[in-house]
Amino acid sequence: MAKIYIPLDMAAVAMGADRLAAAVAKEAAARGDNVEIVRNGSRGMLWLEPLIEVETPAGRVGYGPAKVNDVASLFDAGFLSGGAHALSIGKVDDHPWMKRQNRITFARCGVIDPLSMDDYEAHGGGAGLARAFQIGPAATIEEVTKSGLRGRGGAGFPTGIKWKTVADAPADRRYVVVNADEGDSGTFADRMIMEGDPLALIEGMIICGYAINGSKGFVYLRSEYPQAAVVFGKAIEVARNAGWLGDNVRGSGFAFDIELRIGAGAYVCGEETSLLESLEGKRGIVRAKPPLPAHVGLFGKPTVVNNVLSMATAPMILEKGSQHYAELGVGRSRGTMPLQIAGNVKYGGLCEVPFGLTLGEIVNDIGGGTLSGRPVRAVQVGGPLGAYLPPWLFDTVFDYEAFAAKDSLIGHGGLVVFDDTVDMSWMARFGMEFCAIESCGKCTPCRLGSTRGVETIDKIRSGQDVDANIELLKDLCHTMKFGSLCALGGFAPYPVESALRHFPEDFRKPALEAAE
Amino acid sequence: MAGAAQYSDERAREIIAAHMGLEGPAMPILHALQEEFGYVPDAAVKQMAEALNISRAEMHGVVTFYHDFHRAPHGRHTLKICRAESCQSMGAERQARNFLDKLKLDWGGTTPDGALSVEAVYCLGLCAHSPSALYDGEPIGRVDAGKLDEIAEEARD
Repeated sequence: MAKIYIPLDMAAVAMGADRLAAAVAKEAAARGDNVEIVRNGSRGMLWLEPLIEVETPAGRVGYGPAKVNDVASLFDAGFLSGGAHALSIGKVDDHPWMKRQNRITFARCGVIDPLSMDDYEAHGGGAGLARAFQIGPAATIEEVTKSGLRGRGGAGFPTGIKWKTVADAPADRRYVVVNADEGDSGTFADRMIMEGDPLALIEGMIICGYAINGSKGFVYLRSEYPQAAVVFGKAIEVARNAGWLGDNVRGSGFAFDIELRIGAGAYVCGEETSLLESLEGKRGIVRAKPPLPAHVGLFGKPTVVNNVLSMATAPMILEKGSQHYAELGVGRSRGTMPLQIAGNVKYGGLCEVPFGLTLGEIVNDIGGGTLSGRPVRAVQVGGPLGAYLPPWLFDTVFDYEAFAAKDSLIGHGGLVVFDDTVDMSWMARFGMEFCAIESCGKCTPCRLGSTRGVETIDKIRSGQDVDANIELLKDLCHTMKFGSLCALGGFAPYPVESALRHFPEDFRKPALEAAE
Repeated sequence: MAGAAQYSDERAREIIAAHMGLEGPAMPILHALQEEFGYVPDAAVKQMAEALNISRAEMHGVVTFYHDFHRAPHGRHTLKICRAESCQSMGAERQARNFLDKLKLDWGGTTPDGALSVEAVYCLGLCAHSPSALYDGEPIGRVDAGKLDEIAEEARD
């Protein structure tokens, strides 16, 4: 029987993977071919989705992007045994995109059946948890700390230190909360893990729960990811049926359970304190810190709030040891970063590489430049609160510190490429507009500043007192940056200031037109 | 939303009661109410406030904070069009504007026949296939004007 993989990943489905899977099943039945179709996660080569993979004695061979009307010709070409076809990319593991990566967090994503515990364990799943149980909570935290793993949500806080803080906080209950409110445009890594290797996230949460002596974990997933909700919901059941959740996790005597919660379209709930408020059933209003959630978190109890990627990486760190992870990367940015390359780009997708590539290598070598074929003009790194960088800063090394030094941030690792048709004053306006739409309203700089920002940029764009209004805008950005309670208002100025700094000509267009 | 049930106090009460065992049940209840009735009726909000032992003002504050919860019936179908940066880099903003103008709608509006509501969404995580959209929960990558027209047509049936 031939084994075929067709992703259930939402991006693959958005490009027709469900229809393709149905067509392949139908065609196989009509031809009397015996096939097993596994719905896997995505390999991350999203420009090739839907990517069909066929298991052959030589390894898995890929065909993509495949459409329903390619199905007959794929069968004609003998794709079930890896036959040649115009869509063939050869052995998937040998593809240059895959070869240059060092997959740790995404090692299994796209490879296994995400809802098969057997498949998961056959690919190393469970080994991290087993080791944690063996070495005990304190040594588990020590391993995570020594690996140098930093929070992949954006702030980059050392994960092990967070866990230790929660473990040391006196309490009768402690919580594990996973922030899966991946709202940044240009990012989809959390979604891919939750759809492609959800058991890794579950294992990471159990390890964390064990390390901090917590009994309950919540995953707060954004409502914009319906497919992740379905797959992860099923994965919780798979884990429970396998004895990974409940009163006696894998016979260890440790009790832990996980609940999936869905957000409701509020970007600010990706901010950890706002997320906790939302989980408690309140408005997603940001809390003032201190107290830190590690001391006073969900329902007032010490709580670890980690990003999906940080949590899903923990099992691999435990399995392979902290040293293996810490050896990768540069400076204080250890390990790998799952880059997400998006926007107007030829080869969009997820590429997990050690820290240390330059921005230009990522955009041009991996991403292949723009899809439109026009010159790259700007790259926004780190989501809607990240800076726009021009090609002359493409030598910037992709790590936390180098980006901070260029007044920007790597955030959750998303990069959105723009070609030379982009109007940067419009993008700056959009940055402020987005902040106004999504502000929780608690602090004045964010709530009012964002709306004043939109108005001021509108004035600049229509040529009113351009110099004075640009000064005013800069002043406003300064106030928001240093006066806001959280990163929404505090970082919203990054795209605006970077647009002003690197693309000043876009703020003077109306004036030029008026002069003509 | 297609197939939404008519509001009844009885049904709302059942839905609320079914979730009361959860820690922090408000969000799951609101999602369940909207799933059932297509929106979150004021009468249900009142019942929620009583069940959760908080003031109606507080409950109202929760409902209105989140973009997803509607306080009035919506179109039979919902199209969410992404207008975040990645989709904008592929011309989504102009495309969406043209589509809305054609339907004589603004963001969040519903066609006069009640067939289609069009909402803005800020990232669907389909950024390598921008522009993207979500139609009644079905993701669509590389959305173009033709596809949008097709959806508007299909929604009418």
